[in-house]
Amino acid sequence: MVVDEQVQQYILENFLFSTDRSLLGPEDSFLERGLIDSTGMLEVILYLEETFGIQVADEEMIPANLDSVRRIAEYVHRKLS
Amino acid sequence: MSGPVTALEPQAIFALDYASEVGRIAAALRHALAHDLNRRGLVVAISGGIDSSVSAALAVAAVGPRRVLGLLLPERVTAPESTARGRALAAHLGIEHRVEDIAPALEALGCYRSQDEVCHAVCPQYGPGWRYKIVIAGGLEGRYNHFRIVMRSPAGELSEARLELRHYLQMVAATNFKQRVRKTLEYYHADRLNYAVVGTPNRLEYDQGFFVKNGDGAADIKPIAHLYKTQVYALARHLGLPEAICNAVPTTDTYSLPQGQDEFYFGLPYPQMDLALWAYEHGEPPDRLAASLGIPTAAAQAIYHDIEAKRRVARYLHAAAIRC
Repeated sequence: MVVDEQVQQYILENFLFSTDRSLLGPEDSFLERGLIDSTGMLEVILYLEETFGIQVADEEMIPANLDSVRRIAEYVHRKLS
Repeated sequence: MSGPVTALEPQAIFALDYASEVGRIAAALRHALAHDLNRRGLVVAISGGIDSSVSAALAVAAVGPRRVLGLLLPERVTAPESTARGRALAAHLGIEHRVEDIAPALEALGCYRSQDEVCHAVCPQYGPGWRYKIVIAGGLEGRYNHFRIVMRSPAGELSEARLELRHYLQMVAATNFKQRVRKTLEYYHADRLNYAVVGTPNRLEYDQGFFVKNGDGAADIKPIAHLYKTQVYALARHLGLPEAICNAVPTTDTYSLPQGQDEFYFGLPYPQMDLALWAYEHGEPPDRLAASLGIPTAAAQAIYHDIEAKRRVARYLHAAAIRC
């Protein structure tokens, strides 16, 4: 499974309690949709660190990296490359 | 062509007819007791800080000193001067007060043990004589808010680390025992006396979620939840409260290292935070807030985003139980 699909599935299962992929588009902003608050984002960061073996630095904890499935996937790819 | 951006004027913005406001709040408290709550008086937990002191004074203005009970509820890390200020306030207001040390209850519940587990996990050398506090980070720099733990060894060496999720959640859960045990005692005395419980959040705390759900967030009436902290300080002076209270610096009195409310949660000193929240609520553009605080526009925009982020967190804290 590619990164964006993995992340989408994780968000769907853990934040929306659903497997319906139509509920979360790749560009949907978690902030604008009110899906993930700051504590929820810490959960996402822990998931990324444990799943992809990356370390999210303090200065990387920004919406530009983490506020949608697409942004997270691109961020993870950058970290792994 | 637009002119230069003018700064906001806090003195004008937060000006209030304090005599009228005291009368209005006192009347609202009496009305609530008589018509909504059907209780005969008011219980106020007094921390020694400005908010609970003003709330207690307003309770006295509403129903007189004989119908107000003040509770001082210190625990291990409560600063002695906080309790001293609380005693002085009770004497000043002429109300009955009780001092109940909640440390044994917290000990029995495992509050301190759970906190110490986190400290050990973060720093294996942690032990007797160490002190620590939790500070907020990120939001004002445009990042997601997270918490860091600051620890001081008995030798005075300071260290700091980001709290990982499970440690952060355990620390918060353990610490929330403090507010919830206090609230349990407040309601014990309220039930014993057929009184109502006064909640003491100011507008910043109420709006931004700086309270514990079913802890200090629980109350029957909240007399200053509409007032900015700047106004609460001014009200304290109008009410003639003791100087030590009028000059008290807002602290959390919750962790073993001294900690300001700004570093724990708001990120800004209260006068700036008041102005930022007012500007946000009144639709002022970020550049006007920036001009008022002497900061870059991007920093003001980050403050607005942080206000929104904390409101998202506060939504859960304010929510009543949902009926399905």
